[in-house]
Amino acid sequence: MSGATRSEVEELFYREAELLDAWRLEEWLGLLTEDAGYYVPPNDKPYADHRDTLFTIADNNARLRERVKRILDPSCHAEQPRSRTRRVIGNVRITGTEGDTILVAANFIVHRFRRGEDVRVFVGEYRYKLRREGGALKIAERRAILDAEELGSLGLVSFLL
Amino acid sequence: MSGFVIEDRERMQFSVSRETLVSPAVLEAEQHAIFGRCWIYVGHGSEVPAPGDYKTRTVAGRPVILCRDRGGQVRCFFNTCRHRGAMVCTGREGGTRYFTCPYHGWTYDTDGALHSVPGEDAYGPGFDKARLGLVAPARFEAYRDFWFLNLDPAAEPLADYLAGAREYLDLVIDQSPSGRLEVIAGVQEYDIRANWKLLVENSVDDYHLPSTHTTWLNYMRAAGVTTRPPRDSGLLLPTRGAGKDLGNGHLTTDNPNFRGRPVAAWISIYGEDAKADIAAIRQELVERLGEARAARVADTNRNLVIFPNVVVNDGSSVTVRTFFPTAPDHMHVLAWCLGPAEETPAQRARRLDAFLTFYGPGGFATPDDVAALELVQRGFANWREVRWSDMSRGMNKPADQQLNTDEGHVRVFWRRWSALMEQAR
Repeated sequence: MSGATRSEVEELFYREAELLDAWRLEEWLGLLTEDAGYYVPPNDKPYADHRDTLFTIADNNARLRERVKRILDPSCHAEQPRSRTRRVIGNVRITGTEGDTILVAANFIVHRFRRGEDVRVFVGEYRYKLRREGGALKIAERRAILDAEELGSLGLVSFLL
Repeated sequence: MSGFVIEDRERMQFSVSRETLVSPAVLEAEQHAIFGRCWIYVGHGSEVPAPGDYKTRTVAGRPVILCRDRGGQVRCFFNTCRHRGAMVCTGREGGTRYFTCPYHGWTYDTDGALHSVPGEDAYGPGFDKARLGLVAPARFEAYRDFWFLNLDPAAEPLADYLAGAREYLDLVIDQSPSGRLEVIAGVQEYDIRANWKLLVENSVDDYHLPSTHTTWLNYMRAAGVTTRPPRDSGLLLPTRGAGKDLGNGHLTTDNPNFRGRPVAAWISIYGEDAKADIAAIRQELVERLGEARAARVADTNRNLVIFPNVVVNDGSSVTVRTFFPTAPDHMHVLAWCLGPAEETPAQRARRLDAFLTFYGPGGFATPDDVAALELVQRGFANWREVRWSDMSRGMNKPADQQLNTDEGHVRVFWRRWSALMEQAR
Protein backbone atom coordinates (compact mmCIF):
# COMPACT_ATOMS: atom_id res chain seq x y z
CA MET A 1 0.00 0.00 0.00
CA SER A 2 1.54 3.33 -1.04
CA GLY A 3 -1.14 5.73 0.24
CA ALA A 4 -2.17 6.46 3.80
CA THR A 5 -5.32 7.25 5.71
CA ARG A 6 -5.70 10.42 7.69
CA SER A 7 -5.91 8.50 10.93
CA GLU A 8 -2.61 6.79 10.16
CA VAL A 9 -1.01 10.18 9.51
CA GLU A 10 -2.52 11.57 12.71
CA GLU A 11 -1.09 8.63 14.69
CA LEU A 12 2.35 9.50 13.32
CA PHE A 13 1.97 13.21 14.18
CA TYR A 14 0.78 12.47 17.71
CA ARG A 15 3.62 10.03 18.29
CA GLU A 16 6.10 12.59 16.99
CA ALA A 17 4.65 15.35 19.18
CA GLU A 18 4.91 13.10 22.23
CA LEU A 19 8.58 12.30 21.57
CA LEU A 20 9.55 15.91 20.78
CA ASP A 21 7.79 17.34 23.85
CA ALA A 22 9.49 14.69 26.01
CA TRP A 23 12.92 15.44 24.47
CA ARG A 24 13.19 11.76 23.44
CA LEU A 25 15.05 12.94 20.36
CA GLU A 26 17.08 9.81 19.61
CA GLU A 27 13.82 7.86 19.46
CA TRP A 28 12.30 10.64 17.38
CA LEU A 29 15.04 10.21 14.76
CA GLY A 30 13.65 6.70 14.32
CA LEU A 31 10.49 8.21 12.82
CA LEU A 32 12.52 9.77 10.00
CA THR A 33 13.89 8.37 6.77
CA GLU A 34 17.68 8.26 6.41
CA ASP A 35 17.59 11.31 4.13
CA ALA A 36 15.03 13.39 6.02
CA GLY A 37 15.42 17.17 6.06
CA TYR A 38 14.06 19.83 8.43
CA TYR A 39 13.22 23.37 7.39
CA VAL A 40 11.98 26.55 9.02
CA PRO A 41 11.58 29.21 6.29
CA PRO A 42 12.13 32.89 7.07
CA ASN A 43 9.00 34.65 8.28
CA ASP A 44 9.02 37.13 5.39
CA LYS A 45 9.41 34.44 2.69
CA PRO A 46 7.46 31.44 4.01
CA TYR A 47 7.25 29.60 0.68
CA ALA A 48 10.77 30.24 -0.61
CA ASP A 49 13.53 27.78 -1.52
CA HIS A 50 16.41 27.42 0.95
CA ARG A 51 18.90 27.30 -1.94
CA ASP A 52 18.30 30.94 -2.85
CA THR A 53 16.77 32.39 0.33
CA LEU A 54 18.13 32.68 3.86
CA PHE A 55 16.15 30.33 6.10
CA THR A 56 15.98 30.19 9.87
CA ILE A 57 16.74 26.46 9.66
CA ALA A 58 17.61 24.35 6.60
CA ASP A 59 19.00 21.01 7.79
CA ASN A 60 19.85 18.11 5.55
CA ASN A 61 19.90 14.80 7.36
CA ALA A 62 23.53 15.07 8.48
CA ARG A 63 22.97 18.47 10.05
CA LEU A 64 19.67 17.43 11.58
CA ARG A 65 21.50 14.65 13.41
CA GLU A 66 24.18 17.15 14.48
CA ARG A 67 21.39 19.45 15.70
CA VAL A 68 19.95 16.70 17.88
CA LYS A 69 23.42 16.03 19.28
CA ARG A 70 23.91 19.74 19.93
CA ILE A 71 20.65 20.47 21.73
CA LEU A 72 20.96 17.36 23.90
CA ASP A 73 24.46 18.49 24.95
CA PRO A 74 24.44 20.17 28.41
CA SER A 75 26.71 22.89 27.00
CA CYS A 76 24.03 24.01 24.54
CA HIS A 77 23.25 27.14 26.55
CA ALA A 78 20.19 28.10 24.52
CA GLU A 79 18.49 24.89 25.69
CA GLN A 80 19.93 24.68 29.16
CA PRO A 81 17.66 24.35 31.00
CA ARG A 82 15.62 22.79 28.23
CA SER A 83 12.48 24.42 26.92
CA ARG A 84 9.28 22.79 28.08
CA THR A 85 7.05 22.53 25.06
CA ARG A 86 3.53 21.33 24.43
CA ARG A 87 2.35 20.99 20.87
CA VAL A 88 -1.20 20.64 19.63
CA ILE A 89 -1.68 19.46 16.06
CA GLY A 90 -4.88 19.67 14.08
CA ASN A 91 -6.53 20.22 10.71
CA VAL A 92 -4.54 17.33 9.27
CA ARG A 93 -4.93 17.08 5.49
CA ILE A 94 -3.46 14.71 2.95
CA THR A 95 -2.81 17.18 0.15
CA GLY A 96 -1.34 15.00 -2.60
CA THR A 97 1.26 12.49 -3.69
CA GLU A 98 4.53 12.69 -5.64
CA GLY A 99 5.45 9.19 -6.75
CA ASP A 100 5.73 7.19 -3.52
CA THR A 101 5.76 10.37 -1.41
CA ILE A 102 2.63 11.47 0.44
CA LEU A 103 2.20 15.22 0.98
CA VAL A 104 0.58 16.24 4.23
CA ALA A 105 -0.33 19.55 5.86
CA ALA A 106 -1.39 20.23 9.43
CA ASN A 107 -1.77 23.21 11.75
CA PHE A 108 0.30 23.47 14.90
CA ILE A 109 0.36 25.45 18.12
CA VAL A 110 3.48 25.01 20.22
CA HIS A 111 3.68 26.64 23.63
CA ARG A 112 7.21 27.02 24.90
CA PHE A 113 8.09 27.64 28.56
CA ARG A 114 11.39 28.36 30.28
CA ARG A 115 12.10 29.37 33.84
CA GLY A 116 12.20 33.14 34.19
CA GLU A 117 10.74 33.77 30.74
CA ASP A 118 7.33 34.58 29.34
CA VAL A 119 5.43 31.84 27.54
CA ARG A 120 6.09 31.95 23.82
CA VAL A 121 3.51 30.69 21.34
CA PHE A 122 4.62 29.34 17.97
CA VAL A 123 1.71 29.04 15.54
CA GLY A 124 1.84 27.82 11.97
CA GLU A 125 1.53 25.05 9.45
CA TYR A 126 3.50 21.85 9.11
CA ARG A 127 4.11 20.58 5.60
CA TYR A 128 5.44 17.06 5.59
CA LYS A 129 6.59 14.57 3.03
CA LEU A 130 5.96 11.00 4.15
CA ARG A 131 7.21 7.73 2.69
CA ARG A 132 6.53 4.14 3.52
CA GLU A 133 9.56 2.07 4.61
CA GLY A 134 9.04 -1.62 5.39
CA GLY A 135 5.35 -0.94 5.81
CA ALA A 136 5.82 1.90 8.31
CA LEU A 137 5.00 5.50 7.48
CA LYS A 138 8.15 7.66 7.90
CA ILE A 139 8.93 11.36 7.74
CA ALA A 140 11.04 12.23 4.68
CA GLU A 141 10.81 15.99 5.12
CA ARG A 142 9.31 18.30 7.72
CA ARG A 143 8.76 21.99 7.21
CA ALA A 144 7.45 24.28 9.94
CA ILE A 145 6.02 27.49 8.46
CA LEU A 146 5.43 30.15 11.08
CA ASP A 147 2.52 32.57 10.83
CA ALA A 148 4.27 35.34 12.78
CA GLU A 149 5.36 38.25 10.55
CA GLU A 150 8.78 38.13 12.19
CA LEU A 151 10.29 35.96 14.90
CA GLY A 152 10.29 39.07 17.10
CA SER A 153 9.37 38.17 20.65
CA LEU A 154 9.51 34.45 19.83
CA GLY A 155 13.29 34.99 19.80
CA LEU A 156 15.08 31.78 18.95
CA VAL A 157 14.15 28.50 17.33
CA SER A 158 16.60 26.52 19.44
CA PHE A 159 14.32 23.55 20.22
CA LEU A 160 12.84 21.30 17.53
CA LEU A 161 9.77 23.11 16.26
CA MET B 1 26.93 61.05 32.12
CA SER B 2 30.47 60.95 33.47
CA GLY B 3 31.69 58.21 35.74
CA PHE B 4 30.11 55.36 33.80
CA VAL B 5 33.38 54.23 32.26
CA ILE B 6 36.53 54.26 34.36
CA GLU B 7 39.91 53.66 32.79
CA ASP B 8 42.82 53.28 35.19
CA ARG B 9 45.92 52.85 33.06
CA GLU B 10 48.23 52.60 36.04
CA ARG B 11 46.38 49.64 37.55
CA MET B 12 45.47 48.42 34.06
CA GLN B 13 41.79 48.30 34.88
CA PHE B 14 38.86 49.21 32.67
CA SER B 15 35.44 49.21 34.28
CA VAL B 16 31.98 49.86 32.89
CA SER B 17 29.07 50.69 35.14
CA ARG B 18 26.21 48.26 34.71
CA GLU B 19 23.87 51.22 35.17
CA THR B 20 24.60 52.01 31.48
CA LEU B 21 22.92 48.71 30.59
CA VAL B 22 19.78 48.92 32.75
CA SER B 23 18.85 52.58 33.08
CA PRO B 24 15.91 54.21 31.22
CA ALA B 25 17.63 57.59 31.71
CA VAL B 26 20.77 56.34 29.97
CA LEU B 27 18.69 54.96 27.08
CA GLU B 28 16.91 58.31 26.74
CA ALA B 29 20.27 60.10 26.68
CA GLU B 30 21.58 57.64 24.08
CA GLN B 31 18.70 58.50 21.74
CA HIS B 32 20.14 62.01 21.43
CA ALA B 33 23.86 61.52 22.06
CA ILE B 34 24.35 58.33 20.02
CA PHE B 35 21.43 57.63 17.66
CA GLY B 36 20.77 61.34 17.09
CA ARG B 37 24.32 62.11 16.04
CA CYS B 38 25.95 59.01 14.50
CA TRP B 39 25.51 57.54 11.04
CA ILE B 40 22.91 54.78 11.34
CA TYR B 41 22.63 51.92 8.84
CA VAL B 42 19.36 51.82 6.88
CA GLY B 43 19.92 49.18 4.22
CA HIS B 44 21.76 48.10 1.08
CA GLY B 45 21.08 49.42 -2.41
CA SER B 46 20.56 45.87 -3.70
CA GLU B 47 17.44 45.60 -1.55
CA VAL B 48 15.69 48.03 -3.91
CA PRO B 49 17.15 47.03 -7.30
CA ALA B 50 14.60 48.61 -9.67
CA PRO B 51 12.93 52.05 -9.84
CA GLY B 52 9.84 52.03 -7.62
CA ASP B 53 11.12 49.24 -5.37
CA TYR B 54 10.71 49.87 -1.67
CA LYS B 55 11.28 48.29 1.71
CA THR B 56 9.88 49.55 5.00
CA ARG B 57 11.60 49.13 8.34
CA THR B 58 12.15 50.85 11.65
CA VAL B 59 15.52 52.56 12.03
CA ALA B 60 16.50 54.23 15.30
CA GLY B 61 12.86 53.92 16.39
CA ARG B 62 11.61 55.70 13.28
CA PRO B 63 9.51 53.95 10.62
CA VAL B 64 11.22 54.72 7.30
CA ILE B 65 10.83 53.89 3.63
CA LEU B 66 13.93 52.80 1.75
CA CYS B 67 13.19 53.08 -1.97
CA ARG B 68 14.59 53.71 -5.41
CA ASP B 69 12.91 56.60 -7.18
CA ARG B 70 11.89 56.64 -10.81
CA GLY B 71 15.22 58.20 -11.74
CA GLY B 72 17.12 55.33 -10.11
CA GLN B 73 18.27 57.22 -7.01
CA VAL B 74 18.14 55.40 -3.63
CA ARG B 75 16.04 57.40 -1.17
CA CYS B 76 14.98 57.30 2.45
CA PHE B 77 11.88 58.97 3.90
CA PHE B 78 10.22 59.08 7.27
CA ASN B 79 7.10 57.00 6.77
CA THR B 80 4.49 59.55 7.83
CA CYS B 81 2.03 61.66 5.87
CA ARG B 82 2.54 65.42 5.93
CA HIS B 83 -1.21 65.89 6.37
CA ARG B 84 -2.16 64.05 9.57
CA GLY B 85 0.65 61.60 10.11
CA ALA B 86 -0.43 58.13 8.98
CA MET B 87 2.19 55.84 7.55
CA VAL B 88 1.94 56.22 3.77
CA CYS B 89 3.56 52.89 2.97
CA THR B 90 2.14 49.92 4.85
CA GLY B 91 3.66 46.99 2.97
CA ARG B 92 6.86 45.24 3.99
CA GLU B 93 8.26 45.49 0.47
CA GLY B 94 7.18 45.87 -3.12
CA GLY B 95 7.23 48.03 -6.21
CA THR B 96 5.07 51.11 -6.69
CA ARG B 97 4.65 54.32 -8.65
CA TYR B 98 3.23 56.25 -5.70
CA PHE B 99 2.92 56.10 -1.94
CA THR B 100 -0.73 56.83 -1.15
CA CYS B 101 -1.81 57.63 2.37
CA PRO B 102 -4.70 55.30 3.31
CA TYR B 103 -6.30 57.97 5.51
CA HIS B 104 -7.17 60.92 3.20
CA GLY B 105 -5.48 59.83 0.01
CA TRP B 106 -2.53 62.21 -0.21
CA THR B 107 -0.21 60.70 -2.81
CA TYR B 108 3.57 61.01 -3.06
CA ASP B 109 6.01 60.22 -5.85
CA THR B 110 8.88 57.82 -5.15
CA ASP B 111 11.20 60.83 -4.94
CA GLY B 112 9.05 62.07 -2.04
CA ALA B 113 7.29 64.92 -3.90
CA LEU B 114 3.62 65.44 -3.04
CA HIS B 115 1.88 64.35 -6.23
CA SER B 116 -1.80 64.91 -5.51
CA VAL B 117 -4.22 65.90 -2.78
CA PRO B 118 -7.92 64.99 -3.03
CA GLY B 119 -10.05 68.16 -2.98
CA GLU B 120 -7.13 70.53 -3.32
CA ASP B 121 -9.46 73.44 -4.03
CA ALA B 122 -10.41 73.56 -0.33
CA TYR B 123 -6.98 74.97 0.57
CA GLY B 124 -5.98 78.62 0.45
CA PRO B 125 -3.25 80.28 -1.58
CA GLY B 126 -0.61 79.50 1.08
CA PHE B 127 -0.94 75.79 0.46
CA ASP B 128 2.35 74.93 -1.28
CA LYS B 129 2.55 71.33 -2.49
CA ALA B 130 6.23 71.80 -3.30
CA ARG B 131 6.92 72.17 0.43
CA LEU B 132 4.82 69.21 1.52
CA GLY B 133 6.81 66.26 0.22
CA LEU B 134 7.78 63.31 2.39
CA VAL B 135 10.50 64.32 4.82
CA ALA B 136 13.90 62.72 4.43
CA PRO B 137 16.47 62.32 7.22
CA ALA B 138 18.82 65.30 7.55
CA ARG B 139 21.51 63.27 5.79
CA PHE B 140 21.43 60.07 3.73
CA GLU B 141 24.67 58.82 2.22
CA ALA B 142 26.23 55.57 1.01
CA TYR B 143 29.59 53.91 1.07
CA ARG B 144 29.73 51.32 -1.73
CA ASP B 145 25.95 50.84 -1.62
CA PHE B 146 25.69 50.53 2.18
CA TRP B 147 23.23 53.34 2.96
CA PHE B 148 23.20 55.24 6.26
CA LEU B 149 21.12 58.09 7.62
CA ASN B 150 22.12 60.81 10.01
CA LEU B 151 19.63 62.89 12.00
CA ASP B 152 22.23 65.60 12.59
CA PRO B 153 22.51 68.02 9.63
CA ALA B 154 25.98 69.05 10.80
CA ALA B 155 27.39 65.52 10.82
CA GLU B 156 30.69 64.87 9.07
CA PRO B 157 30.42 63.06 5.70
CA LEU B 158 29.80 59.31 5.96
CA ALA B 159 33.07 58.43 4.23
CA ASP B 160 35.03 60.42 6.85
CA TYR B 161 32.96 59.02 9.69
CA LEU B 162 33.71 55.44 8.61
CA ALA B 163 37.47 56.05 8.98
CA GLY B 164 39.37 52.74 9.15
CA ALA B 165 36.14 50.72 8.78
CA ARG B 166 36.19 51.48 5.04
CA GLU B 167 39.25 49.27 4.51
CA TYR B 168 37.46 46.33 6.16
CA LEU B 169 34.25 46.85 4.18
CA ASP B 170 36.45 46.86 1.06
CA LEU B 171 37.90 43.48 2.09
CA VAL B 172 34.41 42.02 2.33
CA ILE B 173 33.28 43.55 -0.97
CA ASP B 174 36.43 42.31 -2.74
CA GLN B 175 34.90 38.80 -2.62
CA SER B 176 32.85 39.93 -5.60
CA PRO B 177 34.59 40.06 -9.00
CA SER B 178 32.46 43.07 -9.98
CA GLY B 179 32.70 44.73 -6.56
CA ARG B 180 28.99 44.23 -6.00
CA LEU B 181 27.52 42.46 -3.01
CA GLU B 182 23.80 41.89 -2.77
CA VAL B 183 21.47 41.22 0.10
CA ILE B 184 19.96 37.76 -0.31
CA ALA B 185 16.20 37.31 0.24
CA GLY B 186 15.06 36.25 3.71
CA VAL B 187 15.52 38.55 6.72
CA GLN B 188 16.13 37.28 10.23
CA GLU B 189 14.26 39.57 12.58
CA TYR B 190 14.20 38.70 16.25
CA ASP B 191 14.30 40.20 19.72
CA ILE B 192 16.91 39.73 22.39
CA ARG B 193 16.01 40.53 25.98
CA ALA B 194 19.22 42.40 26.60
CA ASN B 195 20.67 45.87 26.25
CA TRP B 196 21.75 46.64 22.68
CA LYS B 197 25.35 47.36 23.67
CA LEU B 198 25.78 43.78 24.83
CA LEU B 199 25.41 42.61 21.23
CA VAL B 200 28.16 45.01 20.14
CA GLU B 201 30.48 43.47 22.71
CA ASN B 202 29.42 39.93 21.91
CA SER B 203 29.91 40.35 18.15
CA VAL B 204 33.65 40.96 18.50
CA ASP B 205 34.51 39.25 21.78
CA ASP B 206 36.31 36.06 20.73
CA TYR B 207 37.15 35.31 24.37
CA HIS B 208 33.71 33.70 24.74
CA LEU B 209 34.10 31.29 21.83
CA PRO B 210 35.50 28.22 23.65
CA SER B 211 32.99 28.40 26.51
CA THR B 212 29.82 29.72 24.86
CA HIS B 213 30.21 27.84 21.58
CA THR B 214 31.39 24.40 22.70
CA THR B 215 28.71 22.67 20.64
CA TRP B 216 29.60 24.69 17.52
CA LEU B 217 33.27 23.80 17.94
CA ASN B 218 32.26 20.13 18.29
CA TYR B 219 30.22 20.42 15.09
CA MET B 220 33.17 22.00 13.26
CA ARG B 221 35.55 19.36 14.60
CA ALA B 222 33.24 16.65 13.27
CA ALA B 223 33.52 18.38 9.87
CA GLY B 224 37.31 18.18 9.91
CA VAL B 225 38.19 21.60 11.36
CA THR B 226 41.07 21.89 13.83
CA THR B 227 39.52 23.65 16.81
CA ARG B 228 42.26 23.36 19.43
CA PRO B 229 44.92 26.03 19.87
CA PRO B 230 48.49 25.03 18.98
CA ARG B 231 50.37 23.49 21.92
CA ASP B 232 52.24 26.01 24.10
CA SER B 233 50.93 28.92 22.00
CA GLY B 234 49.21 30.57 24.93
CA LEU B 235 46.21 31.09 22.63
CA LEU B 236 42.60 30.22 23.34
CA LEU B 237 41.78 29.56 19.67
CA PRO B 238 43.54 27.77 16.80
CA THR B 239 44.94 30.96 15.24
CA ARG B 240 46.37 34.20 16.55
CA GLY B 241 43.75 36.85 15.78
CA ALA B 242 43.87 40.56 16.51
CA GLY B 243 41.45 43.09 17.95
CA LYS B 244 41.75 46.47 16.21
CA ASP B 245 40.79 50.10 16.71
CA LEU B 246 39.56 51.58 13.41
CA GLY B 247 38.93 55.11 14.67
CA ASN B 248 35.68 56.97 15.53
CA GLY B 249 34.55 54.06 17.73
CA HIS B 250 34.69 51.47 14.95
CA LEU B 251 36.52 48.23 15.69
CA THR B 252 37.13 44.79 14.28
CA THR B 253 38.60 41.40 14.84
CA ASP B 254 41.13 40.39 12.22
CA ASN B 255 41.71 36.65 12.36
CA PRO B 256 43.61 34.10 10.28
CA ASN B 257 40.78 31.79 9.29
CA PHE B 258 40.46 28.35 10.87
CA ARG B 259 36.79 27.63 10.12
CA GLY B 260 34.97 26.66 6.97
CA ARG B 261 34.58 29.64 4.67
CA PRO B 262 32.71 29.70 1.34
CA VAL B 263 35.50 31.92 0.02
CA ALA B 264 38.38 29.49 -0.21
CA ALA B 265 38.29 27.26 2.88
CA TRP B 266 36.59 23.96 2.10
CA ILE B 267 35.16 21.79 4.88
CA SER B 268 33.39 18.47 4.55
CA ILE B 269 29.98 20.07 5.22
CA TYR B 270 30.16 21.67 1.76
CA GLY B 271 30.41 18.28 0.03
CA GLU B 272 33.12 16.77 -2.20
CA ASP B 273 31.78 18.39 -5.36
CA ALA B 274 32.37 21.87 -3.88
CA LYS B 275 36.14 21.37 -3.66
CA ALA B 276 36.92 22.23 -7.28
CA ASP B 277 34.55 25.20 -7.26
CA ILE B 278 36.13 26.68 -4.13
CA ALA B 279 39.57 26.27 -5.70
CA ALA B 280 38.27 28.16 -8.76
CA ILE B 281 36.92 30.96 -6.55
CA ARG B 282 40.36 31.21 -4.99
CA GLN B 283 42.03 31.28 -8.42
CA GLU B 284 39.80 34.16 -9.54
CA LEU B 285 40.73 36.13 -6.41
CA VAL B 286 44.46 35.61 -7.06
CA GLU B 287 44.17 36.63 -10.72
CA ARG B 288 42.16 39.74 -9.93
CA LEU B 289 43.78 40.89 -6.70
CA GLY B 290 47.22 39.27 -6.59
CA GLU B 291 48.32 36.61 -4.11
CA ALA B 292 48.71 38.87 -1.08
CA ARG B 293 45.35 40.64 -1.36
CA ALA B 294 43.60 37.36 -2.27
CA ALA B 295 44.97 35.79 0.90
CA ARG B 296 43.78 38.80 2.89
CA VAL B 297 40.25 38.44 1.48
CA ALA B 298 40.02 34.66 1.65
CA ASP B 299 42.25 33.52 4.51
CA THR B 300 41.39 36.11 7.13
CA ASN B 301 37.99 36.77 8.59
CA ARG B 302 36.62 39.69 10.51
CA ASN B 303 33.78 40.77 12.73
CA LEU B 304 33.46 44.48 12.10
CA VAL B 305 31.52 46.93 14.24
CA ILE B 306 30.57 50.22 12.63
CA PHE B 307 29.75 52.43 15.59
CA PRO B 308 27.24 52.34 17.07
CA ASN B 309 25.03 49.45 15.95
CA VAL B 310 25.91 47.68 12.74
CA VAL B 311 27.98 44.51 12.63
CA VAL B 312 29.43 42.86 9.54
CA ASN B 313 30.52 39.29 10.23
CA ASP B 314 32.71 37.92 7.46
CA GLY B 315 33.41 34.41 8.70
CA SER B 316 31.31 31.31 8.02
CA SER B 317 29.44 33.49 5.50
CA VAL B 318 28.77 37.24 5.34
CA THR B 319 26.09 38.69 7.56
CA VAL B 320 25.10 42.27 8.21
CA ARG B 321 23.10 42.83 11.32
CA THR B 322 21.79 45.93 12.95
CA PHE B 323 19.91 46.27 16.19
CA PHE B 324 17.98 48.93 18.02
CA PRO B 325 17.01 49.30 21.65
CA THR B 326 13.30 49.12 22.36
CA ALA B 327 13.86 49.29 26.13
CA PRO B 328 16.97 49.28 28.35
CA ASP B 329 16.77 45.48 28.57
CA HIS B 330 15.43 44.73 25.10
CA MET B 331 16.63 45.02 21.50
CA HIS B 332 15.28 44.22 18.05
CA VAL B 333 17.73 42.61 15.61
CA LEU B 334 17.64 42.65 11.80
CA ALA B 335 20.10 40.34 10.03
CA TRP B 336 20.76 39.56 6.39
CA CYS B 337 23.09 37.36 4.38
CA LEU B 338 25.16 39.07 1.68
CA GLY B 339 26.85 37.44 -1.30
CA PRO B 340 28.63 38.44 -4.52
CA ALA B 341 25.96 39.52 -7.03
CA GLU B 342 27.38 37.24 -9.73
CA GLU B 343 27.81 34.01 -7.77
CA THR B 344 26.35 30.84 -9.32
CA PRO B 345 23.25 29.12 -7.91
CA ALA B 346 25.51 26.42 -6.42
CA GLN B 347 27.76 29.01 -4.79
CA ARG B 348 24.74 30.89 -3.46
CA ALA B 349 23.26 27.71 -1.98
CA ARG B 350 26.61 26.87 -0.34
CA ARG B 351 26.91 30.38 1.13
CA LEU B 352 23.42 30.15 2.63
CA ASP B 353 24.10 26.69 4.01
CA ALA B 354 27.40 27.85 5.51
CA PHE B 355 25.59 30.81 7.11
CA LEU B 356 23.36 28.44 9.05
CA THR B 357 26.29 26.47 10.46
CA PHE B 358 26.81 29.41 12.83
CA TYR B 359 24.53 32.42 12.47
CA GLY B 360 20.94 33.27 13.19
CA PRO B 361 18.12 32.29 15.56
CA GLY B 362 18.24 28.65 14.39
CA GLY B 363 22.01 28.47 13.80
CA PHE B 364 24.53 26.39 15.71
CA ALA B 365 26.07 29.34 17.59
CA THR B 366 23.95 32.53 17.65
CA PRO B 367 21.30 30.98 19.95
CA ASP B 368 23.96 30.42 22.60
CA ASP B 369 25.10 34.03 22.26
CA VAL B 370 21.53 35.17 22.80
CA ALA B 371 21.25 32.88 25.83
CA ALA B 372 24.47 34.33 27.26
CA LEU B 373 23.36 37.95 26.72
CA GLU B 374 19.99 37.29 28.33
CA LEU B 375 21.73 35.73 31.33
CA VAL B 376 23.94 38.83 31.57
CA GLN B 377 20.89 41.08 31.50
CA ARG B 378 19.14 39.03 34.18
CA GLY B 379 22.29 39.17 36.29
CA PHE B 380 22.21 42.95 35.97
CA ALA B 381 19.14 43.08 38.23
CA ASN B 382 21.86 43.07 40.89
CA TRP B 383 23.53 46.16 39.42
CA ARG B 384 23.13 48.29 42.54
CA GLU B 385 25.03 45.74 44.62
CA VAL B 386 27.45 44.54 41.92
CA ARG B 387 28.02 47.67 39.94
CA TRP B 388 31.01 47.19 37.63
CA SER B 389 31.80 45.01 34.65
CA ASP B 390 35.47 44.37 33.96
CA MET B 391 36.96 44.89 30.51
CA SER B 392 40.67 44.88 31.31
CA ARG B 393 41.90 41.92 29.26
CA GLY B 394 45.06 42.83 27.37
CA MET B 395 45.69 46.17 29.11
CA ASN B 396 49.10 44.82 30.11
CA LYS B 397 50.09 44.86 26.42
CA PRO B 398 50.54 47.64 23.83
CA ALA B 399 47.76 48.46 21.37
CA ASP B 400 49.33 46.58 18.46
CA GLN B 401 49.51 43.38 20.56
CA GLN B 402 45.79 43.15 21.36
CA LEU B 403 44.39 39.73 20.54
CA ASN B 404 40.86 38.98 19.37
CA THR B 405 40.44 37.25 22.74
CA ASP B 406 41.52 40.40 24.60
CA GLU B 407 39.19 43.31 25.23
CA GLY B 408 41.19 46.13 23.65
CA HIS B 409 38.73 46.45 20.79
CA VAL B 410 35.73 46.29 23.13
CA ARG B 411 37.26 49.19 25.08
CA VAL B 412 37.32 51.17 21.80
CA PHE B 413 33.54 51.00 21.69
CA TRP B 414 33.08 52.04 25.31
CA ARG B 415 35.54 54.94 25.09
CA ARG B 416 33.65 56.35 22.11
CA TRP B 417 30.30 55.76 23.75
CA SER B 418 31.46 57.51 26.90
CA ALA B 419 32.92 60.47 24.97
CA LEU B 420 29.70 61.04 23.01
CA MET B 421 27.57 60.79 26.14
CA GLU B 422 29.84 63.33 27.87
CA GLN B 423 29.68 65.73 24.92
CA ALA B 424 25.91 65.67 24.99
CA ARG B 425 25.59 66.60 28.65
